[in-house]
Amino acid sequence: MRFDDEPIRPGDPLPILPGHHSAGRFERLLRAGVFTITAELSPPDSANAEDVYARARIFDGYVDGINATDGSGANCHMSSSGVCALLTRAGYAPVMQISCRDRNRIAIQGDVLGAAAMGVNNLLCLTGDGVAVGDHPGAKPVFDLDAIALLGIVRTMRERACFESGRALTTPPRVFLGSAANPFVPPQNFQVARLAKKARAGAEFVQTQYCFDVPLLERFMQQVRDEGLDKRLFILVGIGPLASARAAEWMRTHVPGVRIPDAVIDRLRRARGKGAAKAEGKRICIDILERVREIPGVCGVHLMAYRQEEAVAEIIDRSRALDGRIPWYPGRDRHSRPAGEVDSPTELPEEMLA
Amino acid sequence: MRAVRYWSVSHAGAMQRAYQALERLLIMIDPLLRKLGYQRLEAPFAAVERVLKGWFFDCRMCGHCVLQSTGMSCPMNCPKQLRNGPCGGVRADGSCELDPAMRCVWVEAVRGSARLPGGERIQVIQAPLDHSLVGRSAWLRELRLRTAP
Repeated sequence: MRFDDEPIRPGDPLPILPGHHSAGRFERLLRAGVFTITAELSPPDSANAEDVYARARIFDGYVDGINATDGSGANCHMSSSGVCALLTRAGYAPVMQISCRDRNRIAIQGDVLGAAAMGVNNLLCLTGDGVAVGDHPGAKPVFDLDAIALLGIVRTMRERACFESGRALTTPPRVFLGSAANPFVPPQNFQVARLAKKARAGAEFVQTQYCFDVPLLERFMQQVRDEGLDKRLFILVGIGPLASARAAEWMRTHVPGVRIPDAVIDRLRRARGKGAAKAEGKRICIDILERVREIPGVCGVHLMAYRQEEAVAEIIDRSRALDGRIPWYPGRDRHSRPAGEVDSPTELPEEMLA
Repeated sequence: MRAVRYWSVSHAGAMQRAYQALERLLIMIDPLLRKLGYQRLEAPFAAVERVLKGWFFDCRMCGHCVLQSTGMSCPMNCPKQLRNGPCGGVRADGSCELDPAMRCVWVEAVRGSARLPGGERIQVIQAPLDHSLVGRSAWLRELRLRTAP
């Protein structure tokens, strides 16, 4: 899909349409009702920009947004603002994750302004994992804010053009606001209420924790629809391939908030032979993608394929989740018509045009 | 003590009634307290709260009590001090991601709220904590807000 008002330089913002909050492609696609795909980029343990671009290129032509994690799992990596600064230079649409674990409200609000100035259009407001689960368990947990307070503060910055203190901003950050949801953990009877709270606090899109239990998600989405939250939030369901039964076992015991039913692990265990488990993991992921896509109120998927990033393209291809469209990537439009010309549905991929 | 904290949640209704009675009493004697001077009462009030709320709720003296919006489960016992709901890491058995020996304070808050008249206050969005209040008397602060002319 090609917008008819694509900027000439890829890093430049798109015009902000009426009713939209940001100048980004991600918000445009969701509001246009397109099934939207994001993927998580695992940030490098390096100071080399090329390491970030190499990790982003894996997703070229397959995803509409790239999540830059903020010390996920309380492990230290390149910062999400650093990753986003690099990605926006190339024109990618990053979703910048902000965790409340490491910075207080003074630092976070400064980061929001800096990110918006660098062309970041999407923020994902998270509480963050506790320091005890990461590689620096002796670090001081900050948690000055929680995800809901953070959403409220950023919305105030955007809409009332002021800091939490009330001091005025000369240019507010035009960002599309998101948060996380985890329908798979207790207190299950409160998860929809918590999501409603997030919507009231300012969330416009939601990316969920890994979904391996589709029936549970279906029940959650039913409640979401009953509350009318599907009309207020764009919901992207988190999915990802499991590498083996052992990896799945490890994940469900060590990664907070991940629920993997025994049936899924049994399916992986039954796959014997070299590479069979990995292939089965991808098949499970494709099955889940195809099933969640059918659930009313689901607007897209968020792929988290840690250490299996190359599997993302295959999963998206085989599930036909893109319906033949090609998400923007640097160089996609190099051979096509000049900016300003109207999109035609028969756009050919770069390789075929070359 | 966790056992007492869980007991307080199980008896959230009684706890709330006690709290409301105390509120009425404080409002009644407010003219006297005013005469004595809130400033002078700050330290003794904080000391009493530290002991009483410490015993019943494992109070951390955040200075901004929201117990009646959290089913009488003190959110400051959450390792992330979340005041608006649980994080996404709650274990399948309802225990804390970071301290498996502790029930998630928000699982407790949902349990307590179900027992409270006005339990839907759990839906109220709590503003971020004002850290300049830490260690101060939450009751006097509330009283000052309530009786402000």
